[in-house]
Amino acid sequence: MQHATEQATAAVPALQMKQITKRFGHFTALNQVDLSVNTGEVHALLGENGAGKSTLMNCLFGLYGQYDGTIYWEGAPVKITDTQTAIRLGIGMVHQHFMLIPVMSVIENVVLGMADNHCVLDLKAAARRFTQLSQTYHLALDPWVKVEQLSVGQQQRLEILKALYRHARLLILDEPTAVLTPEEVEGLFDIVARLKAEGHTVIFISHKLNEVMKICDRCTILRNGTVAATLKISQIRDRKMLARLMVGDETDLDLHESACSVGSQALLEVKQLSCRGDYGQLSCKKLSFAIRPGEILGICGVDGNGQRELVECLTGLRQAETGQYLVRGRDLLNCGARQLLKCGVSHIPEDRLKYGLASGMNLEENLILADYPTPAFARWGWLRSGRIRRHAQTLCQRYRVRFNSLKQPAAELSGGNQQKLVAARELDRQPELLIAVHPSRGLDVGAARFVQNAILTMKQKGTAILYIAGELDEVLEMSDRILVMYEGQFIGQQTRAEYDRTQIGLMMAGTPLS
Amino acid sequence: MKQNAKQFRFSSGLKQLLLPLFSLVLALALGYLTMLLMGYDATKAYQSLWQGIFGSTNAIAESLVQTTPLIFTAVSYALAFKAGLINLGGEGQLYMGAVWGSVLGSRLSGLPTWLHWGVIFAAAFAGGAIWGAISGLLKVRFKASELITTIMLNYIALEWVSFCVTNLPFKDQTAGAAPRMPAVADNVKLSLLLPRTRLHSGFLLALLALLLYYLFMWRTTKGYELRVSGQNPNAALYAGMPVKTNAVLAFGLAGGMAGLGGIINILGLQYFLTEGFASGLGFSGVAVALLGNSQPLGILLAAFLFGALNAGGIRMQTAAAVPSAMISMIQGIIIFFAVSPYLFTWLWTRLRPDQSSRSQTLQAPPSSAAISLAIAPDQRKSEPEEKR
Repeated sequence: MQHATEQATAAVPALQMKQITKRFGHFTALNQVDLSVNTGEVHALLGENGAGKSTLMNCLFGLYGQYDGTIYWEGAPVKITDTQTAIRLGIGMVHQHFMLIPVMSVIENVVLGMADNHCVLDLKAAARRFTQLSQTYHLALDPWVKVEQLSVGQQQRLEILKALYRHARLLILDEPTAVLTPEEVEGLFDIVARLKAEGHTVIFISHKLNEVMKICDRCTILRNGTVAATLKISQIRDRKMLARLMVGDETDLDLHESACSVGSQALLEVKQLSCRGDYGQLSCKKLSFAIRPGEILGICGVDGNGQRELVECLTGLRQAETGQYLVRGRDLLNCGARQLLKCGVSHIPEDRLKYGLASGMNLEENLILADYPTPAFARWGWLRSGRIRRHAQTLCQRYRVRFNSLKQPAAELSGGNQQKLVAARELDRQPELLIAVHPSRGLDVGAARFVQNAILTMKQKGTAILYIAGELDEVLEMSDRILVMYEGQFIGQQTRAEYDRTQIGLMMAGTPLS
Repeated sequence: MKQNAKQFRFSSGLKQLLLPLFSLVLALALGYLTMLLMGYDATKAYQSLWQGIFGSTNAIAESLVQTTPLIFTAVSYALAFKAGLINLGGEGQLYMGAVWGSVLGSRLSGLPTWLHWGVIFAAAFAGGAIWGAISGLLKVRFKASELITTIMLNYIALEWVSFCVTNLPFKDQTAGAAPRMPAVADNVKLSLLLPRTRLHSGFLLALLALLLYYLFMWRTTKGYELRVSGQNPNAALYAGMPVKTNAVLAFGLAGGMAGLGGIINILGLQYFLTEGFASGLGFSGVAVALLGNSQPLGILLAAFLFGALNAGGIRMQTAAAVPSAMISMIQGIIIFFAVSPYLFTWLWTRLRPDQSSRSQTLQAPPSSAAISLAIAPDQRKSEPEEKR
């Protein structure tokens, strides 16, 4: 536990949180947590899913109203019961899911809800101040553009500027890189560096250890709602040690790869598949590929190059225009999600809350979402509650879902545990074909490895796997072969032996290999 | 661990009861104040209200009589609500059920009683179901908002009833009869549960309806599908559920339930259909379902509360000369408070700012409410995606 816990430095901490305890019903999310952040530092908050990072920050930002313990802001004890108080103190938060209104302009979003708004909004004056501010930080952003026209990275900048506009001196960034492309991540790091140079304090919540090592000064590691350690980044010898502190000693952090026989006959064959996107544009252009049993095919590409549409076609959520979709020789094109599930196609969806879960329903009910009409869970149209309960018990245990009760709504689980729930359901079906999209999104190191190892086990059992993830490293690590997707087409292919990151990067940017 | 889980569930059940109870107490207090301000004898009014609800066997029976149709209309709203649809057409569906049920109840004769009952109930169910399914079809086919269509269909149903009671071939043709439909055959009138009261066996049918509602929604795969669609339409698409058919089905079943509520009141109480014989039952059903949180047991309790207030209100009017509109007001206030959980959090934190540890434990229901509210906008956003 006491891995060289660092004592408070001589400098006056901008923020001290002492003995913070937060309970939800009978569940203790935070237990006597201490956090001390110095002025002008970038402080990382690390921890597993459900370790309490977001809960701690929500306490600080006044989103809960009630907590036990004391918060000292610039030396003085303060009681933060609502977000207005937090903002007045100079605390700003950029949430993982942006709090912006897409149909309104940038400047309208900036002044939204500010206390000094008068009956008549003086947007022009606000825009002048905003432009000035954005120039100070080199974050050029047109105040009159509608938010829906901004890219994700720009929206994040807007969120940061919004906080700065409210005179925030402490910025909380909640998993800021989760939604960004690699270039945008670099941009964000520049911004953080500039904020630091201007004397701002930043709390950086992340799972990604390499990012933390790169831009943070100190880090506090939470585990199960308590502080595991507070360290200077310079004290950290290697990433393994950080990971160990986060997940404890018993968790497995290695990928268990073992040679397994790849079948010779293709299990999945897609031929000349075309489909249109949401606005009628052709987003998949005559795609053809095949996956053999026991093989993992990764698809690389910058988001928005047709991966989502391809997956939706393969899972029955979107109608394809032309092509063939053969699973063990059977054409399943446009035959509906139910039929696909029946034929042994599993799908870990990109967005677990949008597609993967009915979050108001309980765990048992969510775990039968894919297989509820099968004889395992239903007989003559009646649900078999005993079996469903036992199934849920086994699955939650096997996949280490942290829960209070099987009857609690899935919404009450932390994001990572929700993802485990979806993964458990889809993997346990013993599918023939698994389509895994961002299967480790929102998972901490330990849990991500756990899900990845579960997928590798599926591979050994002869499942064909299509693997799509946001991070190139992850795709390369997992797949036997990758296809690079660019503007709805595959522009390159590499097998594991010949992986070359530079070449893949070029292809992702649209340069085919000559 | 298991013990813990049980506690957790038990206390959350208790909390669900706490809010309606608070609302009731507050509403009664406000009603009391209002009556005082208006110069009525409020104490006497509440005494007679109590007398009218529990004062005698007859009073209890009358409360249950008023409860019966509310259970049906509340189930009607709740069923659609659980499937993610808003059914404000309970009123119209109830009338359509009553019309078709009483047509068959009066015109058919010579059938064995059980078969005749079967036919009547089937007709009433179908009458309401078709009326409901129209809204469902309009929604899935043309994306018409069910809020509008159900309300508009109410007016059509009311005019239809008005036509039936005054025009051939439906009206009662006995000379000198008021505008009404002919009375149902004697053999299908529902028997009394308690002699010398009006409590008829329709109450048992209402309990049966509640049981069926529970079994269907929580124990069958179809009910599961409906609840998933209600919770997250995209998850329903993901699991390959027939989302559109299910929406129509849910509306059909909801309408059918309301229709049964209509015919039960005819067969058990009035025996013939008149204009406005059940005015407001459809909308009271919405209130009951809201108060009962669309849960079977909740609906039963809430329906009894509203039914009892209705029954007691009549007594209050005669004994204390307080207009029964006061009861409608109290019912309104109950709903007002019951749908404003944050009001109580706010009140609580204002009243006890210092006892943070105590308020922490009571903080729990709002925090779970906060979670569900925080999710709500997301769910709104995730309307089922239209596929090309």
